Amino acid sequence: MTGLENPPLGRYEQDKTMPVILATDLITFFLVGAIVYFIIASRKDGSLKAVRRELARNRLAVVCMAFLAFYVAVALLDSVRYRDAVIGDDGVPALSEGGSVIYSPEALSLLDRALSGMRTRTEKTYSAPFATHSYAKESMEGAGVTIVRGYPPLKYPRTHWLGTDRVGNDVLFIALKGVRTGVVIGAGTTLVIIPFAIFFGVIAGFYGGAIDDIVQYIYTTLSSIPGVLLIVAFMLLFGSSGYQGGLVSDVHLVWRAFVLNDRLFWLCVILGITSWTDLCRLIRGETLKLRELEYVQASKAFGAGRLSIIYRHIVPNVMHLVLITFVLQFSGLVLAEAILSYIGIGVGPETGSWGNMINTARLELSREPVVWWNLLAAFGAMFALVLPANIFGDAVRDALDPRLRYR
Amino acid sequence: MNSVLEIKDLKTYFKTPRGTAKAVDGVSFAIPKGGTFALVGESGCGKSMTALSVIQLVPEPAGYIAGGRVLLNGRDITGLTEREKRGIRGNNISMIFQEPMTSLNPVLTIGEQIMEAITLHQGKTRKEAREAAIEMLGRVKLPDPASLLSAYPHSLSGGMRQRVMIAIALSCRPDLLIADEPTTALDVTIQAQIIDLIDELKRETSTAVLLITHNMALVYTHAETVGVMYAGKIVELAPTKTLFRNPMHPYTVKLLRSIPGQEKRGLKLDTISGAVPPATSYPVGCRFSGRCPREMEGCSGIEPPLVECSPLHSVACHLHDAEFMSKPYSRPLRHEPDVLPPLAVPHGEKEALLEVKGLKTYYPIRKGLFKRVAVHLKAVDGIDLTVRKGSTLALVGESGCGKTTAGKSIIQLIRPTEGNIIFEGSDLTTLSEKGLRPFRSRMQIIFQDPYSSLNPRLTVKETIEEGIKALNPGLAKKAREEKIAWTLDRVGLGPEAMLRYPHEFSGGQRQRVGIARALAVDPEFIVCDEAVSALDVSVQAQILNLLKSIQRDFGLSFLFITHDLGVVEYIADEVAVMYEGRIVEQGPTEEIFSNPKDAYTKRLLEAVPKIDASLLSSWKLP
Amino acid sequence: MLTYIIRRVLYAIPIVIGVNLLTAVLFFYVNTPDDMARKILGEKNVTATQVENWKRDHGYNLPVFFNGAEEGAAKISETIFFRKSLPLLWLDFGRSDRNNIDIGGEIKTRMFPSLAISLPIFTFALVLDLFLAMMLAYYRGTYLDVWGVVLAVVLMSVSTLFYIIGGQYLLGKVLKLFPISGFDTGIDSIKFLVLPVVIGVLSSLGVGVRFYRTVFLEEINRDYVRTARAKGLSEGAVLFKHALKNAMIPVLTNVVVSIPFLFYGSLLMERFFAIPGLGSFTIDAIQAQDFAIVRSMVYLGSILYIIGLILTDISYTLVDPRVRFE
Repeated sequence: MTGLENPPLGRYEQDKTMPVILATDLITFFLVGAIVYFIIASRKDGSLKAVRRELARNRLAVVCMAFLAFYVAVALLDSVRYRDAVIGDDGVPALSEGGSVIYSPEALSLLDRALSGMRTRTEKTYSAPFATHSYAKESMEGAGVTIVRGYPPLKYPRTHWLGTDRVGNDVLFIALKGVRTGVVIGAGTTLVIIPFAIFFGVIAGFYGGAIDDIVQYIYTTLSSIPGVLLIVAFMLLFGSSGYQGGLVSDVHLVWRAFVLNDRLFWLCVILGITSWTDLCRLIRGETLKLRELEYVQASKAFGAGRLSIIYRHIVPNVMHLVLITFVLQFSGLVLAEAILSYIGIGVGPETGSWGNMINTARLELSREPVVWWNLLAAFGAMFALVLPANIFGDAVRDALDPRLRYR
Repeated sequence: MNSVLEIKDLKTYFKTPRGTAKAVDGVSFAIPKGGTFALVGESGCGKSMTALSVIQLVPEPAGYIAGGRVLLNGRDITGLTEREKRGIRGNNISMIFQEPMTSLNPVLTIGEQIMEAITLHQGKTRKEAREAAIEMLGRVKLPDPASLLSAYPHSLSGGMRQRVMIAIALSCRPDLLIADEPTTALDVTIQAQIIDLIDELKRETSTAVLLITHNMALVYTHAETVGVMYAGKIVELAPTKTLFRNPMHPYTVKLLRSIPGQEKRGLKLDTISGAVPPATSYPVGCRFSGRCPREMEGCSGIEPPLVECSPLHSVACHLHDAEFMSKPYSRPLRHEPDVLPPLAVPHGEKEALLEVKGLKTYYPIRKGLFKRVAVHLKAVDGIDLTVRKGSTLALVGESGCGKTTAGKSIIQLIRPTEGNIIFEGSDLTTLSEKGLRPFRSRMQIIFQDPYSSLNPRLTVKETIEEGIKALNPGLAKKAREEKIAWTLDRVGLGPEAMLRYPHEFSGGQRQRVGIARALAVDPEFIVCDEAVSALDVSVQAQILNLLKSIQRDFGLSFLFITHDLGVVEYIADEVAVMYEGRIVEQGPTEEIFSNPKDAYTKRLLEAVPKIDASLLSSWKLP
Repeated sequence: MLTYIIRRVLYAIPIVIGVNLLTAVLFFYVNTPDDMARKILGEKNVTATQVENWKRDHGYNLPVFFNGAEEGAAKISETIFFRKSLPLLWLDFGRSDRNNIDIGGEIKTRMFPSLAISLPIFTFALVLDLFLAMMLAYYRGTYLDVWGVVLAVVLMSVSTLFYIIGGQYLLGKVLKLFPISGFDTGIDSIKFLVLPVVIGVLSSLGVGVRFYRTVFLEEINRDYVRTARAKGLSEGAVLFKHALKNAMIPVLTNVVVSIPFLFYGSLLMERFFAIPGLGSFTIDAIQAQDFAIVRSMVYLGSILYIIGLILTDISYTLVDPRVRFE
């Protein structure tokens, strides 16, 4: 576990690396794509331009946006990953019996590579932030053959800004590795929700009658099942197989580089299934209002088909609800992930996540002396994502829909 | 000091992201005991904010009284503590609002809401207050006042709720009653009852009334003194009769001349160019400069004070300032002609374009345990109409009479339950949605609300394009764009409007886009569903002129659905009066208006406040 | 009004059936009894015979919905669905998969410890939320309001886990005010309950205050409030008499629906504070992968939610005259 396995980039040709794409990486890419699209679209679309101007005027929102941008950037860096070829003793890539290149099971992301120093400089065990010596006493060789108990010096003193954990990993690095999980949960769940909610909400509101009754029945039934237990049930059933984070083994790969059966991805899907009903209800209500509006009537007077009316007049005018729900739900989902991971039904144990950090560190407060930096790092990292997301969410809602102000 | 209320140089400002909005900017007037003072003007000129300033209810914290005094019986109430102000509200000054449907608390009984004010200000016990409340409800002529005490607002109609509001307002015999558009949200026949009731109670209790309205005829019939407001200031102040006989401010004249009516048939209505300046950035000099038909070189630099030009008649206009007129900068910049140009539609051919026979549109009402269809709401219950080529048929009636449903049923936006609609020989009711397609471009609709009639997410071009694409799919892109540009030009919007979004336009401009949308598919018949009802009178005049001119140019037929009889008199060739789903009377406009036969029509016509006919065509620009 | 209530109750029936079917599909079809058996017997080295034996012992050796091998009505009744899922409709929960305990009996005894902690949290949180929200609404636009909202947003951005872990550490371990965890019956239970209740109230404070403040402010901007002010009523009378009564309608939707859930307990709190309620029962079942218990708890939760919905509808008729006279 030293720098040898992880030589600097660029020393190898292209075919000496193999990209690995997790299902959840697509979520990050999609999120970044959506943000870029929104920025471009808001240059043209008049009402979006107004929203953007409003947001830019709100100084607090701009600061929060910067925080969020940082988190998204970290998540993006942590979502581009590839495996390196295993290098034989002769300095060339080792080949399997079939003559193909053998790749290391470690699919390191750009973030891992950029912070390889932080990732690889591990200690033996706990050390406090900026410490020079270990946190726990140990028996050491004193002068001559004597054994003394004391605090052994660290291998890399004063480099661990947030200390190290029980097995000596840098806590700052682990906290950063949790970013991707938080962002993916927040964004991925909403991505799952959106198509369901829009489809069912719009058809229920627009067509009314029996379709409306059926949709309402579906979401009342689904929402009557306690969300957390539905998640538990689903995760017990589906979550245990598949990629849990950590090393990528060939069984996980589909089409050479693609990991579909990703536990984190399933968690997004399941959280989505349990939480699409709120947005669906909102969209149904809005559609009921919209379908009576005069511009929809005008469209009917042109003999426009129902699908064309839905596409041109209904869907674009419920999108503000989608955006508002997206930003407001984001923070709640980040918090939920930690709780689910904590009770053991969230992301896999190998996946870096703040919930897992808290889970491993939960007993550290009862140690003597207290180890506080692990918990604080996890909670702090989460707080620094959730608070800006909440404030930014409020700002977006105010800008998009002044009617909902204060809500 | 015999004025109940005297306002001196009142200034009410608002903090907005775009700067300070001077909603009320130096307003002064007085109301004597038992007098009625009307404040008129178009929306956004500061009338309502003046009213709220008088009762000391300016919405905080954005709004604040920036200066001036409000004297109630000689005592300045602006500087009082909140506690003292509360003692005045509802007791010495009370107020009724425009929206009776939302102005009463839905979860408290009527009795509770009246007695609340009585026990608070008059120190009566609950029992005495109850007696007083019953008496007040009787005085506002509500049936069975005692049992009404335990009723909740939702079981009352709009007119009855407004009566309750009046009962609450007058329960403590206030010195001043502020009525902010008290009749605007009500039906014509109810409007008259409510305003008469206010008048009657005012005489009994000698309460002074501050009437806020945009309805000039209502002012003429019910106010003793009028203040005309424009952009946060009073521009003309005079006794009602004087003002209507001799309006001196160009704005007042313009406003009066833009009111549609019988005497203006065949003429273009007067309009005011441009738009009211936003309250955050008024022009430096006269606030009407830039729009004034008599603007002079110095107008935009020097602000005219409100001065008494003849006894009791004050005007804020340099035209009436001899000193200003003697200066070189009094050279006219603009001088619009005084006569209204003709705008006549060649008299309609008698040939029918569309015939409606026995039209019925019913809605099921579901009731009971299993929501079975118990009864039908007979929105339209068997009507016959004939729309003639190139002419205008007006369908009038109060809200809920089924006139909008009738209009939508005729162009098949709602499929009627029964009856035939013969459009040039084809019965539309028998056609499928596909079979209707060829007719869709021939009949179009224009709506009331300029805000909900345009999709906020589409540009003007996309909005207009939708109809052309749907109904004339063969048209090439270039031809389509030319057509859109042409249509926009025809409704008075430039081609630069194409790429803009609805929120960038004013209400009147949006209504023009709505007309362009209908016009772009070359219709022969247009249903105008309250198309001018939501607009201010000067904007309304512009849209009526536009509608009339396109009718003249393209030989269009209109079905004009409205509750505004002035508009009907001005534009319609024939009238059909609708009441509870049926047509009670129809015929040529003049005949119906001069000699109504049906009892409901008579009531309707009598209820409309009217300005003396001799005055209507007498107004001249100064 | 009676028709209205009866209709709401009738409306609940298809939902209950829907939940029953859904849980059956989820727990018997998607996750077959074979999977269950393997999980309980241990993933590795399980023989087919062992699986079959386990299924027979626990009554899972039948088809899920339809038994073609039987005759007549038995085609339907000799199925897992009929035996295991349908009885849930009359609250017959059966026995657990692992230790063969009576789930219904367990629920009855464990429901009270759950209630002992969730009822005080619910009550105190509601009272405190409403009080603070009304205070912010009363002082709206002032610094108190602005900073109050900021604080609420900060409070709601903190993880519940932090409140629990931090609270236990600070109040339990450092200040030694309360025992860190545990449970007792009778009067002794109070010393164990204070800490979880304080933490429970605090952790929901931010969301609650912000929500109710919005509700109040929405009412404060209504026309009828302006009418009340024009009568000369004091701000307090306007707020407490006029706005509060109207605000009760959205508040009720939020509150009444969760009342039946008080029996249900809370997974997190009960686990952290070692309270032998339904929440810890569920968590233990999750960790032991005892699907019979999880299925029962899913179903119980749905029933409680549906009861909550009906209670909400009934409570509307008490506060909203528009519904009462429908």
